[in-house]
Amino acid sequence: MSYFLRRLAFYVFTAWAALTINFFIPRLIPGDPVSALVNGMRGQIDPAQIQSLTVLFGLDKKQSMWEQYTSYLAQLARGDLGISFGNFPLPVSEVLTQALPWTLLLIGVTTVLSFLLGTLLGVFAGWWRGSWIDGLLPATTFLSSIPYFWLGLIAVALFTGVGSFLPASGGYEPGLVPGWSGEFIDSALRHSLLPAATIIVASVGGWLLAMRNMMVTVTAEDYITVAHAKGLSERRVMMNYAARNALLPSVSGFGMALGLVVGGTFLVEYVFSYPGIGLQMLDAIAKHDYPLIQGIFLVVTLAVLAANFLADLAYMALDPRTRKEG
Amino acid sequence: MAITGVGITTPNVAPADPAQTATRRRHGLHRLLVNGKVTSGLVMLGVLTLIAVFGQALAPFDPSKRSSDILQSPSLKHWFGTTHIGQDIFSQVLVGTRSVMFVGFTAGLVATIIGVVIGVTSGYLSGSAAEGLSAISNVFIVIPALPLIIIITNVVPNSGDWTIALVIGFTSWAWGARLLRAQTLSLRRRDFVEAARATGESTWRIIGFEILPNLTAIIASSFIGTVMFAVATEIALAFVGISGISEWNWGEILFWAQGQQALPQGAWWWFVPVGLCIALLGTALSLVNFGIDEFVNPRLRASGQSTVKASDGSRVRMKVGFTPVLADPSRSKEIGI
Repeated sequence: MSYFLRRLAFYVFTAWAALTINFFIPRLIPGDPVSALVNGMRGQIDPAQIQSLTVLFGLDKKQSMWEQYTSYLAQLARGDLGISFGNFPLPVSEVLTQALPWTLLLIGVTTVLSFLLGTLLGVFAGWWRGSWIDGLLPATTFLSSIPYFWLGLIAVALFTGVGSFLPASGGYEPGLVPGWSGEFIDSALRHSLLPAATIIVASVGGWLLAMRNMMVTVTAEDYITVAHAKGLSERRVMMNYAARNALLPSVSGFGMALGLVVGGTFLVEYVFSYPGIGLQMLDAIAKHDYPLIQGIFLVVTLAVLAANFLADLAYMALDPRTRKEG
Repeated sequence: MAITGVGITTPNVAPADPAQTATRRRHGLHRLLVNGKVTSGLVMLGVLTLIAVFGQALAPFDPSKRSSDILQSPSLKHWFGTTHIGQDIFSQVLVGTRSVMFVGFTAGLVATIIGVVIGVTSGYLSGSAAEGLSAISNVFIVIPALPLIIIITNVVPNSGDWTIALVIGFTSWAWGARLLRAQTLSLRRRDFVEAARATGESTWRIIGFEILPNLTAIIASSFIGTVMFAVATEIALAFVGISGISEWNWGEILFWAQGQQALPQGAWWWFVPVGLCIALLGTALSLVNFGIDEFVNPRLRASGQSTVKASDGSRVRMKVGFTPVLADPSRSKEIGI
């Protein structure tokens, strides 16, 4: 239990740190561009929204830093992230709720799939060293040193075009209304195939290598020899003895790798014009939509923290040592 | 050690020459260099460094100069073809190498210095200060780096190569710091460190002369990891058009290619050579890292030689942790086990 509590405390601390970084970054912008934007839109946005932007970006210079900070936290607690300049008059929170499901599904599914695939291949590559699976390593290393987005560009050029089953961009057919209709789900799935495949191909190599190296290290342990000596089947020794122990570092690395995966996915979304958070963020930067940029950073960080927490729970389930009292 | 029984023989493998083993142990650096992966990685890096230094002079054309050869495929005159306004892509790649290498290695250096200071300090010292440093590095690991870097470079005015390198360096040190802290924690109670402490050596001397030399491999591999990350990040920033567009770099070329719809027009030469250069740099760095990994963890070595020919001509499959055995009843008496 103490492991669980320590991790929980760490995530609360990190969430606070992210909130604080998010508080300070806009206050470092030279030349007060948000004031200019707000002044330019006076008359279009109502006073309550101006007030919320004032709190978020510290436009009221008369307040002390501490006063700004407390009112900033109070406002975030209400879920008010201000108003998006680029998608006027939508509030930031609404833009985020539209974009978030796309990214969550894309990252969630691809990351889990590539973790499972890479880890499984890594188990075989480490167990049967020198076999053809082990021979995949140079190829996967090469693939993982190519940036995600470049792979995406090539995929678009190779597999899309007039009459192709796979669409080149977007998240669904332009005419459709998002919803739970069969037609829409079919279209959304088809649009996500290529981005998902790109992310999987680019990220599977890392998991494969990590797992393979851990397997190689673990197979030399005495308990593996003992398991063999007991006459257990090869498959049982490989999966229940070697792989189970070799898996631990990969699981604890899973959450931390997410931060990197998020960055790669943003660029894949950009290449495929996939309507997720990454596309919104790059769009927001082009339009100097500061409230939206801040909101996205905050939401993405909190989502990564939540995913890390899930990875920790999985780790607790796998490693009985973490459940020990004291 | 050998598991033996009736009808099972161990193959006749000559014992390692003790003198040879000793020499090998003495020349650690030499052993690292004779590793094929490290050598080929370093050679590739060397070539790219030469291009980074002399690229400007080698380039056959001015990378920004327009010409009448619009959107041409690769030819003897333009090795990598030309852009929509007739710029020579080969020259752009040559000139752009400098920025990529500069940002990669500067950011790697900055991140490694911060990582070593924070990681070793928080690992060697104890108390709340050390715990605090460790908590800070854990926070920096979890916060997604690319969005943070995008926001900061967007906020900082006139982001040139130096700015980008520093921003990447200051946000990506945490992974190395964490690894170094873990290793320092395990080193600080070893006998040789205790002995140094007992003879009254100062803390800084112990860290500098007892601990740091034992961390060399981890420092090197975290440096290389950060360089890889920094290169990928710089190219990504230029590709989405965030960093300044004053100097050429590989991401810049991709930015223009994407903006001008190069692939739908079939201008593959605008993308492919740059992508291969990025992959070449990435592969070179990974090869060096593999070499360091094998140096640190000998079990990872010699993955290719899984089948060995025994003296009687039969083949044995070698596997780490197993004593190779042959089922051959006719020969068990001759060897006499």
